[in-house]
Amino acid sequence: MVQIENLNRYFGAVHALNNVHLHVQKNQLFGLIGPDGSGKSTLFDILATLRLPSSGKAIVHGFDVQKKASQIRKIIGFMPGQFSLYQDLSVLENIRFFANVYGVAFDESFPLIRDIWQQIAPFKHRLAGKLSGGMKQKLALCCALVHKPSILLLDEPTTGVDPVSRKEFWEMLQTLKSQNITTLVSTPYMDEANLCECIALIQNGKILAINSPAAITAQFKFNLFGVQSTRSNMLIKQLRQFEKTQHCFAFGKTLHLMLKDFSMTERDIVEFLEKHGHKNVAVWRMKPGIEDCFIELMQS
Amino acid sequence: MSSPSIQAHNLVKTFGNFTAVKNLNLEVQPGEIFGFLGANGAGKTTAMRMLCGLLKPSSGHATVAGFNVSTQTEHVKKNIGYMSQKFSIYDDLTLKENIQLFSTIYGLTSAQTQERMKQLAIQFELEDKLKNLVSTLPLGWKQKLAFSIAVIHQPRIVFLDEPTSGVDPMTRRQFWEMIADTASTGTTVFVTTHYMDEAEYCDRVSIMVDGQIQVLDTPQKIREQFSAQTMDDVFSLLARQKKTNPKQIL
Repeated sequence: MVQIENLNRYFGAVHALNNVHLHVQKNQLFGLIGPDGSGKSTLFDILATLRLPSSGKAIVHGFDVQKKASQIRKIIGFMPGQFSLYQDLSVLENIRFFANVYGVAFDESFPLIRDIWQQIAPFKHRLAGKLSGGMKQKLALCCALVHKPSILLLDEPTTGVDPVSRKEFWEMLQTLKSQNITTLVSTPYMDEANLCECIALIQNGKILAINSPAAITAQFKFNLFGVQSTRSNMLIKQLRQFEKTQHCFAFGKTLHLMLKDFSMTERDIVEFLEKHGHKNVAVWRMKPGIEDCFIELMQS
Repeated sequence: MSSPSIQAHNLVKTFGNFTAVKNLNLEVQPGEIFGFLGANGAGKTTAMRMLCGLLKPSSGHATVAGFNVSTQTEHVKKNIGYMSQKFSIYDDLTLKENIQLFSTIYGLTSAQTQERMKQLAIQFELEDKLKNLVSTLPLGWKQKLAFSIAVIHQPRIVFLDEPTSGVDPMTRRQFWEMIADTASTGTTVFVTTHYMDEAEYCDRVSIMVDGQIQVLDTPQKIREQFSAQTMDDVFSLLARQKKTNPKQIL
């Protein structure tokens, strides 16, 4: 549904997208995962035909973004990172406005938006500007779906939204998937990566990896351990001095220790720490998560 | 033990007939990292604005750094630092110029400014980039700078409103090391976040639901109390409860 080949975009000297290759299959829920400034929004703007690439190719549902912008605009639903609905129109007025622009009638009962509409219907006469963050996102999603697009482009729909509203939003995306819709969604929250079928990790305009979340964690290159001790503030500094250490970061109360050397065992690490005066150290082997992989790939 | 950095007794804020903060009670000690959690619209920002002396409470009493937040707002402001997710730093100035500007605003002499700049440059490893324009630096550096500015005048308390939104996982963790470092010198850190794993870096956390603090304890005790594996589970439990009443989704 989306094919991107050798895509580059410069802003002056800034290389915002650096040779991006990416394919999104029909009905896939595809996640673009990366921090602010990594190029996610630029990529969305190009796919939504709001910006032109500097070089390379991007094809959306068979249409070239550089030549067939008007065709693309009819078949995509785009939710930009900035809330872009009319704050001084009510919920219902916003939806009717977008329906009119696309030349369709707003039908509350059509399957694609029924669930979402049910959640915002109690507030249909409220001004969009007076909605909470989570409700604004739901309204924006509703407006992006009103013309029954075949591809949904969602640029950071859950940024700044609390964890519970985020979960609800992702549940909606899963529902849409079962209704023949292809979704490309970006997020800076790495824990959301596991909710996608396929993800691309992006940093400084470059794709670091593309695969299913499980395949990406399976390619992790370091020997990973979880470490806990009663004296945790000294622990991290000392572990970074351990000669085999590649990285050591706190994940909540547990330190994730990445070692280059696969012959190292729990016993070696405990011995090292005991030599440095730590008692009651817990060390165990861990399976990496997406954040561990991102940290590893950022460096290589 | 020295007196608490933050004390709030039955703090209330109403807007018309809507009560945004209901009877907030908390006490935060010097050097403590206090996580202030809650869903969007739970009242966190309103509570934080009252504690910073920016919004007058409707009723109740609170002191920050020993000063009354209703009547001694100027004293409160001099003794706190504040950093939000939308950092207020100047893109077209260098790091050094930004530090000098804010330092002057806080009334530090130029000798004091030099001294603090030197300390912060070492503590947060800013040295290499002091002469760079802020606009040329990645987000992680801007965040470091915004934090340095928030603590330039050595406030007794620093308020951080979602300071880590949108940064990469490594920068996010380095930022928490900066926070821990700062707290270890006796500065109180009062922080909000939407990353539930970050709650675990706090000494104590509170979770606010509908304007009220529902739980307040160490992360470990809260998890035990709810028999939950993670703070994320606790948060979901508390926030979902309230959704039994659809009117309160807002």
